[in-house]
Amino acid sequence: MKSKKRNATNSLQKATRRWGVLFMGPVLIAFIIGFVWPFIQGIWLSMCQFRLISDAKFIGFDNYVKTFQDASFRHAFWYTAMFAVVSLAIINVLAFIVAYILTLGIKGSNLYRTVFFMPNLIGGIVLGYIWSMIFDGILGRYQTSILLESKYGFWGLIILMCWQQIGYMMIIYIAGLQNVPGDILEAARIDGATSMQTLFKVTIPNVMSSFTICIFLSLTNGFKLFDQNLALTGGQPFIIQEGGTTIKTTEMLALNIYNTFYSSNTTSQGVAQAKAVIFFILVAGLGLLQLSYTRKREVQQ
Amino acid sequence: MKKNTISAMNRHKTILSVILAVVSIIYVLPVLAVVLNSFKQNTYVKTDTFALPTGEMSAGFSNFVKGMTFGNYPFVNSVLYSVVITVLSTFLILLCTSMAAWYIERVNSLFCKAVYFLCVFSMVVPFQMVMFPLSKTADKLHLNTPWTIPVVYLGFGAGLAIFMFVGFVKAVPLEVEEAASIDGCGPVRIFFQVVVPMLKPTMISVGILEIMWVWNDYLLPVLVLDINKYRTIPIHIQYLKGSYGTVDLGATMALILMSIIPVIIFYLSCQKYIIKGVAAGAVKG
Repeated sequence: MKSKKRNATNSLQKATRRWGVLFMGPVLIAFIIGFVWPFIQGIWLSMCQFRLISDAKFIGFDNYVKTFQDASFRHAFWYTAMFAVVSLAIINVLAFIVAYILTLGIKGSNLYRTVFFMPNLIGGIVLGYIWSMIFDGILGRYQTSILLESKYGFWGLIILMCWQQIGYMMIIYIAGLQNVPGDILEAARIDGATSMQTLFKVTIPNVMSSFTICIFLSLTNGFKLFDQNLALTGGQPFIIQEGGTTIKTTEMLALNIYNTFYSSNTTSQGVAQAKAVIFFILVAGLGLLQLSYTRKREVQQ
Repeated sequence: MKKNTISAMNRHKTILSVILAVVSIIYVLPVLAVVLNSFKQNTYVKTDTFALPTGEMSAGFSNFVKGMTFGNYPFVNSVLYSVVITVLSTFLILLCTSMAAWYIERVNSLFCKAVYFLCVFSMVVPFQMVMFPLSKTADKLHLNTPWTIPVVYLGFGAGLAIFMFVGFVKAVPLEVEEAASIDGCGPVRIFFQVVVPMLKPTMISVGILEIMWVWNDYLLPVLVLDINKYRTIPIHIQYLKGSYGTVDLGATMALILMSIIPVIIFYLSCQKYIIKGVAAGAVKG
């Protein structure tokens, strides 16, 4: 009986192998066109000078040196890091509070959940224009605009991202909160713990994995932000430094890379690709950190 | 004593409920502002953003009429291209990646493991890393039309979809497939008639993630498509700003309203699946 079963598995596997081209072919071709080949080319091009791609000339690590000398890139890095950390803190605190309240069993919780999640479906470009109209409607009364001061641009983008992301993180926290075993909460109540004690000593330690997921998600989302940044301020206001370089004060990393690629400067494509490689290492590093962190936690549990 | 705590809890719940109601109203205000301003004369959008479009401020439906041809590009076309690209890409991704994921998990050869590893790796690579070479390659291979760009989406989006499908195929019992095999079913029939029906919940989750991604995506289509001919909705809205010195804000808001109404209808009608799909994608990604 057992050998018959193994036979069936083996023969099925063998038969499946014969259809490999049909099952894997389309994805493999597209994957090579859409990811593998551009990725390899990207690494190679970061060490070249080029305008198109056919004219690429190997120049070693010059592009990387230029990247680190680029004041606008350094500014964009610190601006992005600052934005990612601030938005991470605000979004997660608010999202957890909302999720906690929504799991208390209040009437209409489903309706509120629907409302809070809704902005998530609106695309970044559209969001940017909606909020730029709103901010200019408010700031216009004080004869200013979101494009005139970088601190408005920064906090404006934070508000926009909160509006979009709180509902998303809330869903993950709700899923975590619903998984906290009822008997632990019951035990805490019988032992006479106040609701605050239960929250901090029982509930929160039990949803730590949700916190890890959300914290890394908002961190990488913050680092990769592009559409919203482009549509809300597009990097404005600009400052021209003494050496003649322009700093776009609200420009984040992804937008900085884009602008470097498609600038009128004929030698900047290589530098832009080098920036993109550094950007990739940053984002992938965050992703790997998350993976090892969640793995460790899973083992502990 | 117990009665007291219960009534205190109920009071707390009422207060929280009121607070949530107020926050919810604040939450929908931005969308309401879009609605208000889409009926407003352009000159009043900046000065009276939060006023009702009454009296001389009102533009009636003229913004919507104007919006249709605004920016030297017919809005209907951008809707059409957005729909074509989203539907074709989602269909292609669901079909091809579920097939590949089943093959990877069932055959499990060294080659399969390598492909799977590459897929997981591609999930942490930001688009900026590949965008320049990708747009040139796509141009060369004529993938720059709404009918062929789904191949690019399949290539760049395969990672997450395969990852999610493999995770699910692992949980599908082998016995069913073996039984079908003993009954004389070939692998292709087994996949389409036995496996696909069981994959349905994951198909919906992955499908929703892909729809949300492709529909709202700006950077990939703007780099790959021939912009003079083909524009999706996000591209169209972004290019309104560039095409005129001063933008007609009233007409822009009318366009934005027309582009978010289908999204909101889609959301309200498949809300359960959307929230589930997003949660599944987040936990795994």
